Amino acid sequence: MALSNVVETPASGFNFENVCRNVALEGLLQGGQTKAPKPMKTGTTIAGVLCKNGVVLGADTRATSGEVVADKMCAKIHYISPNIYCCGAGTAADTEKTTDLLSSNLTIFSMNSGRNPRVVMAVNILQDMLFRYRGQIGASLILGGVDCTGNHLYKVGPYGSIDNVPYLAMGSGDLAALGILEDRFKADMEMEEAKELVRDAIHSGIMSDLGSGNNIDICVITKQGVDYIRPYQESEYKDKRQRRYKYRPGTTSILTEKIVPLELEVVQETVQRMDTA
Amino acid sequence: MFATQVYGDNGKMKEYHYTGPVEHRFSPYSFNGGTVLAVAGEDFAIVASDTRLSEGYSIHSRDSPKCYKLTDTTVIGCSGFHGDCLTLTKIIDARLKMYKHSNNKCMTSGAIAAMLSTILYGRRFFPYYVYNIIGGLDEEGKGAVYSFDPVGSYQRDTYKAGGSASAMLQPLLDNQIGFKNMEGVQHLPLSQEKAVQLVKDVFISAAERDVYTGDALRICIVTKDGIKEETVPLRKD
Repeated sequence: MALSNVVETPASGFNFENVCRNVALEGLLQGGQTKAPKPMKTGTTIAGVLCKNGVVLGADTRATSGEVVADKMCAKIHYISPNIYCCGAGTAADTEKTTDLLSSNLTIFSMNSGRNPRVVMAVNILQDMLFRYRGQIGASLILGGVDCTGNHLYKVGPYGSIDNVPYLAMGSGDLAALGILEDRFKADMEMEEAKELVRDAIHSGIMSDLGSGNNIDICVITKQGVDYIRPYQESEYKDKRQRRYKYRPGTTSILTEKIVPLELEVVQETVQRMDTA
Repeated sequence: MFATQVYGDNGKMKEYHYTGPVEHRFSPYSFNGGTVLAVAGEDFAIVASDTRLSEGYSIHSRDSPKCYKLTDTTVIGCSGFHGDCLTLTKIIDARLKMYKHSNNKCMTSGAIAAMLSTILYGRRFFPYYVYNIIGGLDEEGKGAVYSFDPVGSYQRDTYKAGGSASAMLQPLLDNQIGFKNMEGVQHLPLSQEKAVQLVKDVFISAAERDVYTGDALRICIVTKDGIKEETVPLRKD
């Protein structure tokens, strides 16, 4: 029925329109003495572990833009479906959009078939899309989920390679995290032990790798449901400044002033606190 | 991304077999991170640096301070390429000894600054990849800060930040010590205690947002009574 139209089969062959456009843009920008904007990478540590009753995924929360920390509390564990979550490393925009696209497609599939999607389906769609773009989409993903066939943990590389493994780590801090995982992983671990193992693996990545840092997020997926703990562990380095740096109103000099009255009435007010640490 | 190297200049895919000699560039420099800061007060000078030594995304050492004591009244902070930092400080130490033996007195801060400028310019065409800041007391006992670029241009300042997080620290110092961009604020002279507090706070902020700055902060306070050192922990992640 409509199932075949739900996930559209893309046109055959490789679509490289954007590569030609990018090359042309580089030339234009170079001539104008400006460089193309560098995409923000997440410089991450992400890890996943299969345990007795489900899957545990973990990630740090630092997003870097070159050598500057762009976001101290970014969410790297993305929702795919109620039973599948995905950790993303690599270019931040790529991981966001790829997982969003995947999530939308799987939602449509769920609605059509009335079933929770299987992890293999998510993996195949991802692999298909990433291979089609020949690595131009810089997304390294860890997919974990529980479905009717059991617990699954997959690794999807930016070129479209997949790996079905019981434990893994990715990102710039992957070697540090893998050290911990290789040492302490056992098959069929208890849930609490698995959470501690993932926490320790991410912590090791945070301490050893400059691209990872701040807090640790954990996502536990079981047959009963999902426990997305954000943050599982807050960074121990909190604001220890000795002086307050507040400015009196009027400190900034006003050069000109123009007042335009607006006719508004307040319908709803929401306050969101900034993390000013 | 890696895939873009597969395409040659004309847009066609590059050949996979070996087509001839390929140039591999060897860079004699590497960037080891680190931030230094110096503040001059009425009768004191503070030179502070973080103690992290990194390369790429790895950490070589968490305890490698970048302030080096030159004389009883002068401290230098060097950040950039660690190999050049070490060699440069050895050369300065040797020259200080030579001066002491020839002239029977220690070099003053101003003299060290002038000498460093000459040493750096001597390597104009293969520079020392080092960002230097000298902090100390001048002949009158007042605080002095001299900041350098890698090839020897220098000037005397009241405060200066150098190294990887310099772009983040310098505006904050401009505002808090130089009272820039503020109106109706009393221009109080900087006391030693307030300066040390400010330096600690400023490095905590730098460690939040710069990946190359962190681990610990080494502060050297230069007064007429000598040089006092203080170490404060920073973020380690």
